[in-house]
Amino acid sequence: MARNKEALVLLLDVGPSMHSVFPQLHKLCSMLMQKKLIYTKFDKVGIVLFGTEETRNNLTTEVGGYEHVAVLKNIKVVDGDIVEALQELPRGTKNGDFLDAVIVGMDMLIKRFRKTKKGKKRLCLITNAQCPIKDSVEGTKEEQVTTIAKQMAVYGMRMESIILRGKLTQDANKRVMDENDRLLRIFSKEMSTKLLYVEDPVSLFGALKTRNVAPCSLFRGDLELCPELRIEVMVYKKTMEEKFPTLKKYSDKAPPNDKYATHEVKVDYVYKSSEDNDKVVLPDQRIQGYRYGPHIVPISAAEWDAVKFKPEKGVKLLGFTDSSNVLRHQYMKDVNIFIAEPRNTKAVLSVSALARAMKDTNKVAILRCVWRRGQRNVVIGVLTPNVTDRADIPDSFYFNVLPFAEDVREFQFPSFTNIPPSWQPNEQQLEAASNFIKMLDLAPEGNEEVLLPDFTPNPVLERFYRYLELKSKNQDAAVPPLDHTLKKMTEPDVDLLLQNKSVIDSFRRSFELKENPRHKKSRRLLRERRTDSNEEEGKGDITAHPANLIEYTSAIKVENIEDPTPAEDFEAMFSRRDSPDWIVKAIKDMKNKIFDLVENSHEGDNYPKALECLVVLRKGCILEQEPKQFNDFLRHLRNFCRQKNLRSFCQYLSSKGLTWISNREAVDSEARNFVVKHEPKVE
Amino acid sequence: MMDLDADDIFRDDDDDIQNQLSLENETSKEYVVYLVDASPKMFTTTSPSEEEGKMDETHFHIAISCISHSLKSQIINRSYDEIAICFYNTREKKNIQDLNGVFVFNVAEREFLDRPNARLIKEFDSIEDTFSNNIGSKQGIVSATRENSLYNAIWVAQALLRKGSAKTVDKRMLLFTNEDDPFGSMNWAIKSDMTRTTLQRAKDARDLGISMELLPLSCADEVFNVSQFYADLIGLEGDDLVDFMPSAGNKLEDMKDQLRKRMFAKRIVKRIKFTIANGISIDLNSYALIRPTVPGAITWLDSVTNRPLKSERTFICADTGALVEESSRRFHPYKNQNITFSVKELIEIKRVSTGHLHLLGFKPLNCLRDYHNLKPSTFLYPSYEGMDGSECIFVALHRSMIQLNRFALAFYGSSTRPQLVALVAQDEVIQSGGQIEPPGMHMIYLPYSDDIRRIEERFSDSSGMVPKASDDQIKKAADLIKRIDLKDFSVCQFANPALQRHYAVLQALALEEDEIPEMKDETLPDEEGLARPGVVRAIEEFKTSIYGGNYDEESEQPTGKPSETTRKRKAIAEFATKECENYEWGDLADTGKLKDLTVVELKYYLAAHDLPVSGKKEALISRILTHMGK
Repeated sequence: MARNKEALVLLLDVGPSMHSVFPQLHKLCSMLMQKKLIYTKFDKVGIVLFGTEETRNNLTTEVGGYEHVAVLKNIKVVDGDIVEALQELPRGTKNGDFLDAVIVGMDMLIKRFRKTKKGKKRLCLITNAQCPIKDSVEGTKEEQVTTIAKQMAVYGMRMESIILRGKLTQDANKRVMDENDRLLRIFSKEMSTKLLYVEDPVSLFGALKTRNVAPCSLFRGDLELCPELRIEVMVYKKTMEEKFPTLKKYSDKAPPNDKYATHEVKVDYVYKSSEDNDKVVLPDQRIQGYRYGPHIVPISAAEWDAVKFKPEKGVKLLGFTDSSNVLRHQYMKDVNIFIAEPRNTKAVLSVSALARAMKDTNKVAILRCVWRRGQRNVVIGVLTPNVTDRADIPDSFYFNVLPFAEDVREFQFPSFTNIPPSWQPNEQQLEAASNFIKMLDLAPEGNEEVLLPDFTPNPVLERFYRYLELKSKNQDAAVPPLDHTLKKMTEPDVDLLLQNKSVIDSFRRSFELKENPRHKKSRRLLRERRTDSNEEEGKGDITAHPANLIEYTSAIKVENIEDPTPAEDFEAMFSRRDSPDWIVKAIKDMKNKIFDLVENSHEGDNYPKALECLVVLRKGCILEQEPKQFNDFLRHLRNFCRQKNLRSFCQYLSSKGLTWISNREAVDSEARNFVVKHEPKVE
Repeated sequence: MMDLDADDIFRDDDDDIQNQLSLENETSKEYVVYLVDASPKMFTTTSPSEEEGKMDETHFHIAISCISHSLKSQIINRSYDEIAICFYNTREKKNIQDLNGVFVFNVAEREFLDRPNARLIKEFDSIEDTFSNNIGSKQGIVSATRENSLYNAIWVAQALLRKGSAKTVDKRMLLFTNEDDPFGSMNWAIKSDMTRTTLQRAKDARDLGISMELLPLSCADEVFNVSQFYADLIGLEGDDLVDFMPSAGNKLEDMKDQLRKRMFAKRIVKRIKFTIANGISIDLNSYALIRPTVPGAITWLDSVTNRPLKSERTFICADTGALVEESSRRFHPYKNQNITFSVKELIEIKRVSTGHLHLLGFKPLNCLRDYHNLKPSTFLYPSYEGMDGSECIFVALHRSMIQLNRFALAFYGSSTRPQLVALVAQDEVIQSGGQIEPPGMHMIYLPYSDDIRRIEERFSDSSGMVPKASDDQIKKAADLIKRIDLKDFSVCQFANPALQRHYAVLQALALEEDEIPEMKDETLPDEEGLARPGVVRAIEEFKTSIYGGNYDEESEQPTGKPSETTRKRKAIAEFATKECENYEWGDLADTGKLKDLTVVELKYYLAAHDLPVSGKKEALISRILTHMGK
């Protein structure tokens, strides 16, 4: 365990522009800490905030400067206190200077560890890098960053920067962002740095590896193209499922005052003779048997071992073939990666040449692999090129296991070319399907791909660790609802659906679903509401909506809208189906909450939260076909702001493009479709 | 909580009934009766000229070895199928109806039509030695007595196949003979009479749903003429008749070298509701088309009686040692305390999505990277029992996705591991009349961010100077790739050598064979092919382009320092070799004094001889003795 012990300093931007992502930020960081508590509990962690009102760090006291950088927690072994601290991040008020924070973090690591722990010291910067960094006293900013990066490299530090962009940021000075991007790239050039840009909340959640696994090579040795040509490679796992933690069985038999009780349950297997129930057969009186027809053939483990298939260790090429000869669905397992022995230039070149040639000619290689000595089987698999343009990363191959003849089940299915005419889509239906596919595009050109597996966290694990933390404080806590952000990956994006409503409607109209006369039993499963043009009748039938409002599966019953998570509480209440009154109450409570937020706002710090609430309220009202409720409320809110001299909120709303609910979105609405209009400024 | 749907509660049982219904057309079992002609003609040699000292094979022998091979693979592949072996034109008779000239071959404790077992296969393997004594060959079609052994044989086979319903069982008769005109020697009247009754008998059998197949054995000089008589017997007409003879030859070959491969009945794994958009959902069935095959399960036996044992599980409280009931609480240590969960809570955590499969959107196929994989895919095909029109939606999406080169991204809310999946549309692929790839969608399970490891970045070089191949090197590599091309490669062309070995060992043990037949490992590279001059030249050129002229030196001395562990390992081996020389291993072994040495000492020998050093002391000693050949 100690081998893998690392020291991590989190550098978190808590400036005003970051407030809107606080919920995701604190969940992400807590999960990171929780996993450390469980899997690598000797890791050391420090937390530095920047963009804070106060200034609290060693460098200020020693040399001055470094304002608005506050050390929240000094480097210490990870504990509950740190998890706690992350749950209530103070909201900063200043524009943070990420470079200052990096230097403070670096200083902490240097002071604490000097040059020890090479490669196990890590800085993790999370910011939107929207605020300019201060000019340096000597030299350009670029030179300053280069010096710092070199320094960090000397001390064997690694850095991971997660930069928020796209949907996660407000409009900001493009020049500043470009400059910051340039500076951040210097880090990745000069030292071991990972730079990630994330554009939506889900990928922010998935951007940080929350569990550190030291990779273990599966194989080191030659990739044998033929006996005369061998390339030194190393094989690692590229993907490996992170399993739900295995929980032990709990026994409550130990006396309650026994402090050393393990509470474990041991599972014991005994083998008994099938004729005589009381006769226990000891391990040395047992022998393994395999079925052969109706009988079982006994064979001892030693005998078995002597005759088993014993291939020689090695990875051999069988040949190359067109990539079309291997189909994607034939990949059998998790994926390995073949990397050339890094210090061996020739091997790196050979892999690079082969990978690039394979990519150019659309070929893949078929290999026969025996990874370890003593392995009792061979693996046949396909090698596909993984070519990169990045100068600091070598070319490599991915390796996927292919099935053997025995593994393929040749089931026959009716062809789609000679199916009954009722199955056969006509031209118009094909076009509707094709439009539908084009519109529901999750990787539109020029935009970041949505739900890229590499940045999509496991919602179940997130929920488990959150629940674990809750239970550590209150053993009777109920299962928390699925995180609001992560809920988005389980259902289609409402915005995307609303944008493409006409296409979806035409798709729906093109295909008529009828109860199947072949199947008389009522298929209540499919009894979904048909929402053609008249959406009015849908009231109350929440399940039919595509929104993320579909019932929370959690058993938790939210009865009030509470402070930390008003938006989530609202949705939870909204989806309660035990009584329609909940919806009425949810809308009413939400309105009050929004008023509170706006009224108690200090220099607009609550505005993002209020906006978040307004957005969910708006969505809810669309789904419930209550546009008037929302539009009236918005009007009321505007008047309220005017009276209370809170015009900045109206401006904020209009800058965010919050609009009335239009007729297009809800039939019942006033036929107006304009943005909350700008109020003339009263000086 | 969610309201319970009365239909939902009973749905599971429902599904089972439907499963059975949908299996109606595809029977899961097979009953086969092998009918082997044992007339004297079957015992004449096939090739009159004794060429190349080859042992002459009688047709009888061909038939027997064919059946024997077939049984040996069948007992692995479809061990629940039942078979009977029936000779006709025999001297002795043995059958339920006590008909002349028909002998049903069987072993003790086995019904005539039953699952094959080791004993049957073993005794059948040696049947040729005992045949003339116990069964005997005798022409059973005699015009004088109106005896008709072929008629009797079909009748016996039909009686054997009376068992089981034709709906659930596929019933077949396989006829091996080299006589294309069984009633040829009769006079006209008797011949037509016998032909008529025999054909009627066969037709009756066919009408009962028994399919009849003929495996004709012909001599080099005398081709089996199927139109003479048998075409009518097995009901061949038109094109089938023309194609029959060539295909029959193949069939015989196929029976002989069938792969030992466990067969699985086509079963629906799960019914899935696929929600496409608000208000549109369709029913799909999922199937497991590709799954790793493992040798059958291990059964524990009593080593004295060889009787199977049953295992019993007990739960013991580790603190008190008391027997406890299976607990419904689990715990996880966290922050120095044990956090307990009820099983219900754990299930609740995993339930993150209401439906089965929710469509989220579409992406171009190149977004599905090669490393986005965790386990074998699942095949989806529209369900017949779904809503009318759902097939149409499926086909329309399927077609458009292929045309637009996109896959669908969906969330699959399974109760064990809810996850994102890619649905890749697969067009039907037909090769030489057979369906190679069925049309439908493959559900590929995608990893989450924490399942993906950023290995490449671990090996990134901060200097940014990672060497990349030059255009010339790439060109040389492309030439090499072109030379070593597997033209007709198809996935699953290889049998799993470990599994085939397992089956071979099992068969050898079960049938008490003296030696285990050597298996050919098909997965080894084609050394001959790699030694072709063109290939060798391409390899040399590639080598020169990368290594210059000094590949051999480079490969012997790996650049850079060997890693710490390698160095350590090497040092240990050297040390062991030195220490090892201090002992008289041969003497120690002969006098049985090895056990007096310590484990450390024993390991000197093992390490010095590059043997595994794991295991208990006895294991080490036995490994040393084995290595010395003692």
